[in-house]
Amino acid sequence: MNTAEIKAAIMDQFPGSVLESEDLGESQVELKADQWFEIATFIKENPNLSFDQLECITGIDLGEEASLQTRYNFHSMEHRHKIEILISHDRKEPKVASIEKIWRIGDWFERETYDMFGIVYEGHSDLRRILCPDDWEGWPLRKDYEGQELYHGIVIPKMKEEDGWE
Amino acid sequence: MGILENKFQDNVIVASMDKLLGWARSTSPWYFQFGLACCAIEMMASAASRHDLERIGMMPRSSPRQADVMIVAGTVTMKMALRVKKLYEQMADPKYVISMGSCATSGGPYWQHGYHVLKGVDLVVPVDVYVPGCPPRPEALIEGLLKLQEKIQTERPLTRKSV
Amino acid sequence: MILNIGPQHPSTHGVLRLEVMTDGEIVSQIRPHLGYLHRCFEKHSENVTYEQVIPFTDRCDYLASMNSNFGYVVAMEELMEIKIPERVEYIRVIMGELNRIASHLLALGVYGLDIGAFTPFLYMLRDRERILDMFEYTCGARLLYNYMWVGGVSHDLPKDFETICTDFLDYFEPQIKEYNNLLSFNKIFVERTADVGVIPADVAVSYGVSGPNLRASGVKWDVRKDEPYSIYEKFDFDVPTGTGEFGTLGDCYDRYWVRMLEIEESVKILRQALKEVPSGDVHQALPKKIRPPKGSVYRRTESPRGDLGYYIISDGTPVPSRVKMRSPAFTALSCLDEVSRGWMISDVIAILGSLDIVLGEIDR
Repeated sequence: MNTAEIKAAIMDQFPGSVLESEDLGESQVELKADQWFEIATFIKENPNLSFDQLECITGIDLGEEASLQTRYNFHSMEHRHKIEILISHDRKEPKVASIEKIWRIGDWFERETYDMFGIVYEGHSDLRRILCPDDWEGWPLRKDYEGQELYHGIVIPKMKEEDGWE
Repeated sequence: MGILENKFQDNVIVASMDKLLGWARSTSPWYFQFGLACCAIEMMASAASRHDLERIGMMPRSSPRQADVMIVAGTVTMKMALRVKKLYEQMADPKYVISMGSCATSGGPYWQHGYHVLKGVDLVVPVDVYVPGCPPRPEALIEGLLKLQEKIQTERPLTRKSV
Repeated sequence: MILNIGPQHPSTHGVLRLEVMTDGEIVSQIRPHLGYLHRCFEKHSENVTYEQVIPFTDRCDYLASMNSNFGYVVAMEELMEIKIPERVEYIRVIMGELNRIASHLLALGVYGLDIGAFTPFLYMLRDRERILDMFEYTCGARLLYNYMWVGGVSHDLPKDFETICTDFLDYFEPQIKEYNNLLSFNKIFVERTADVGVIPADVAVSYGVSGPNLRASGVKWDVRKDEPYSIYEKFDFDVPTGTGEFGTLGDCYDRYWVRMLEIEESVKILRQALKEVPSGDVHQALPKKIRPPKGSVYRRTESPRGDLGYYIISDGTPVPSRVKMRSPAFTALSCLDEVSRGWMISDVIAILGSLDIVLGEIDR
């Protein structure tokens, strides 16, 4: 199936869940966050779609004023088609349903995105930081991230553009 | 030195014993098999078939308690830094540290934007020899180890240091 | 009882910490702790230009740098929709396959080391050194090459590369038999690995396990065949899958054995590619600063560890807006907990080794 057909299949089942947008890429579909868990279950279980592979979850910061986004890449080994799903989050309170129970790898991918962006995946069984230490401050990959200056007494030197070493 | 202290002139016996010990210690510094990142692969390569570190008396040990030299091979991150320090403290004296590669020396390519990278392992443990390169070739590491052996040879473990 | 393995432990292949909950000798749960090598790859790639990302991709998967480069440049070229000279494609395939052999050799050698066989490690590293010599001859670096650039490669092949490489392959092919005699059919090795740590196919797919680990579970999936990139569809090679050689389908031995078979397939590809390298230029004419059009791309390629995906978002400036690496070792490690439950502590080492993880790529 191509992207338009997959999109139509989702729209049939969940009317009003697909957002229309001009600047989407070839295989991208933007969804509303509220029914995400049901839609995810649907695209996994439906025999015509059967997306069995969750390839990647990417978190994105669209800029300091704009929202955060999670992008999911799915692929179906059976039908050889793929789709990319975009879900935008509010910057102040980014949250979306977890799909850890549907694709097991979602567990670690979501933890990674949480670690880097602070997006909360509701219903995740063990949402901790995965790469940074547990007591790390801030969300490193957000555009407005300021690095820590001290970590457990270790100085993290920084370079200023004009002055050289701090 | 106990009873021997005032019986001989300082530099006769003690100095040669020092030399003997220095020679003995320098020819078999067992290193701590402690790979962190890319450099660890080169460290493995230098221990394996072609370069064969055992020629110069270096043997890998898996436990810090049995090792004399810690080769910090790779990028040290903030999460790892405290562990590196702990491992260093677990080693028995006399102990030496080789910082292998530019990451361990200064943060290397991760220096500018690496929020989670320790900018030089010498911020947490004292370093004896720095080996530059990204990653250093096995020959470079061996050169660094020979330099360390030279350094150990010049040390005088029995002579009391003037404070 | 809770047993802590790592972060400094010779058999965790780097700096991985495992918190193993055991009931006597039997493992009931494993909590892997990652991030001891988190080097902020994604943060760096948001701050440097597109070309400057390539050296950082090298350092992610340091056992197969060529393949990491390969994935990135393939994704970039798809984003920019440029066609590259045929000679470059051939050179890339040759380098990628050579590095696959080197990576598998190290993986198998170290796996032997984990199980307790020291000699095969020395044999395999001896041959790996010869491959590194060829890389050094071509681009000057032993381990981290920065060889493949967007639109070309950094250096052309040396004039006598074909003879050197053919000589190596002639030397190397009989060696595979030697490895088999040394390690593959060694009774102790088989006993330690066969039937241990079985990953059923559906579990493997759900966990996103890919590459040799997935194929060992019997799923015939290879990105080189199924989503062909570069010029892989020109070559004739098989995709080896696990057969349960000495035990159950998808056990540790299968994962080992699939890698061994893959080395043979890579040799096959190399022989075909070396014969047909066309002449031509290796630098596609590109502006000094690459500015891809606005948009995003997700492209995966087959690295020695599995599906290596790059998600690149461009906003039209010379600096990428986001580069995400989907690392195959990350997904492979995620299934460790489920697979090792019920096995003994010593088997955990066998299972972990058979997954062939590289921490640089897991933590990035």
